[in-house]
Amino acid sequence: MSDHTSEHRTMTLKLIVWRQKGQNEPGRFETYVARNITEHHSFLEMLDVVNEELIREGKDPIAFDHDCREGICGMCSTVVNGVPHGGQERTTVCQLHMRKFKDGDTIYLEPWRARAFPILKDLVVDRGALDKIIQAGGYTSCHTGGVPDANSTPVSKAESDYAMDAAECIGCGACVAACPNGAAMLFTGAKISQFAALPQGQVEAPERVAGMVNAMQECGFGNCTNHYECQAACPKGIHVKFIARMNREFLKALFRAKSGSHTFIGEGQD
Amino acid sequence: MQLLSSAIGRKVVMAATGLFMLLFVIVHLLGNSTIFAGPNAINAYAEKLQSLGPFVWAFRLFLLFMLFFHVIYGILLTLENAAANPGKYAVKKMLKATFASETMIWTGLLLLAFIVYHLLQFTVRVTPDVVLGNDAKGRFDVYTMVAGSLKIAPIAMVYVAAMVTLFLHLSHGIQSIFQSAGLSNDKALPQYTVIGKLLAVIFLVGYSAIPVLILAGILAK
Repeated sequence: MSDHTSEHRTMTLKLIVWRQKGQNEPGRFETYVARNITEHHSFLEMLDVVNEELIREGKDPIAFDHDCREGICGMCSTVVNGVPHGGQERTTVCQLHMRKFKDGDTIYLEPWRARAFPILKDLVVDRGALDKIIQAGGYTSCHTGGVPDANSTPVSKAESDYAMDAAECIGCGACVAACPNGAAMLFTGAKISQFAALPQGQVEAPERVAGMVNAMQECGFGNCTNHYECQAACPKGIHVKFIARMNREFLKALFRAKSGSHTFIGEGQD
Repeated sequence: MQLLSSAIGRKVVMAATGLFMLLFVIVHLLGNSTIFAGPNAINAYAEKLQSLGPFVWAFRLFLLFMLFFHVIYGILLTLENAAANPGKYAVKKMLKATFASETMIWTGLLLLAFIVYHLLQFTVRVTPDVVLGNDAKGRFDVYTMVAGSLKIAPIAMVYVAAMVTLFLHLSHGIQSIFQSAGLSNDKALPQYTVIGKLLAVIFLVGYSAIPVLILAGILAK
């Protein structure tokens, strides 16, 4: 049945956690001890254990974002020991397991830090800025009605694979958290590229890139300086080639606007 | 002007101005290398350049223009980026960023200072330690000016230090040109990185060889 020896081996860990009561409150680090943690606990389950104890003691539990806990929803968002999601390749922090830690380890827990992501409480930040970028063009307009015939719009295998690689982004914001410039170019690049590669995305392509890049700036994100920290921290391994693709799409839209075939959003508004 | 106001447009400006300056760095190294062929070669080369007259000035103004935009936007983007990331982590582990990539603004500003120094020394010819004159064929004696200046250890060391700075700036900068201009993909990016670092090493060795060999008494006796 179960392996009793490993069940009984537990860890005690020191957690140094960023605590902040509200958006405009000052924050500070507090130290907690996580007891009775087994290697089978996920990182978030370890936090549940700590929180249960805090609640029993009548203290305020540590607030953190989470939802599916299976690595696909993009809700969990904690910087663990200086790396968003904890630094295990292609792993969200909910899929990080305590077997990656040793008894007696000290673990720093911090929220995503970027101007565009205000801290709401403890480890929870407002990632609504990413939604604003999507609203500015991260969609395609299409006719409703009956289901179109399969293959009525041909898409090559290579292009569909490329679009899928971009669409793998779960919008967790780790790229922004990892970026020394607080830039959201990997996120925006992935969202633009997934449409740029497909026929359905062509109609609104110039307006999309112009709108989304504008929104990115208006939300207060920084500018890419090609450190590639974002790709390294991304739990889905989104490649920085999508940033290059976004830059290419931007230039394409700009030159088409100059030649008068469409208007560039934001043009003439300054 | 979306090219100058948008986040990506300004990155493209950084890439384009950087590319032209990179091309100049290549041409300048080739020109400088005439010193290895002796006084006659570099003096003849210098006179040939000077005889181009208005073209030299057009070229200089163009490069100055490139430098101006590169510096202004470099500073502007750095300030914006610092503002976009105000809350520093207590613990931050870098996974991919390098010393070169994190110090672009500082290596850039150092290079700007070096460019001013270098132009004053060999273009405006403020060389208090060296007597300037013409060579036997009546051409301006570039060779004596350069060799005379670089024989002085502190001056030679400034040049070598500047070339180490250039190496750092370009070892990150060259691949950055292609990525920012949208000319990159997953297959090309590692190649740009290798080529960029290789070029940066060639510049370091090629340019530094002149002050080092002169100081060592090998190039100019």
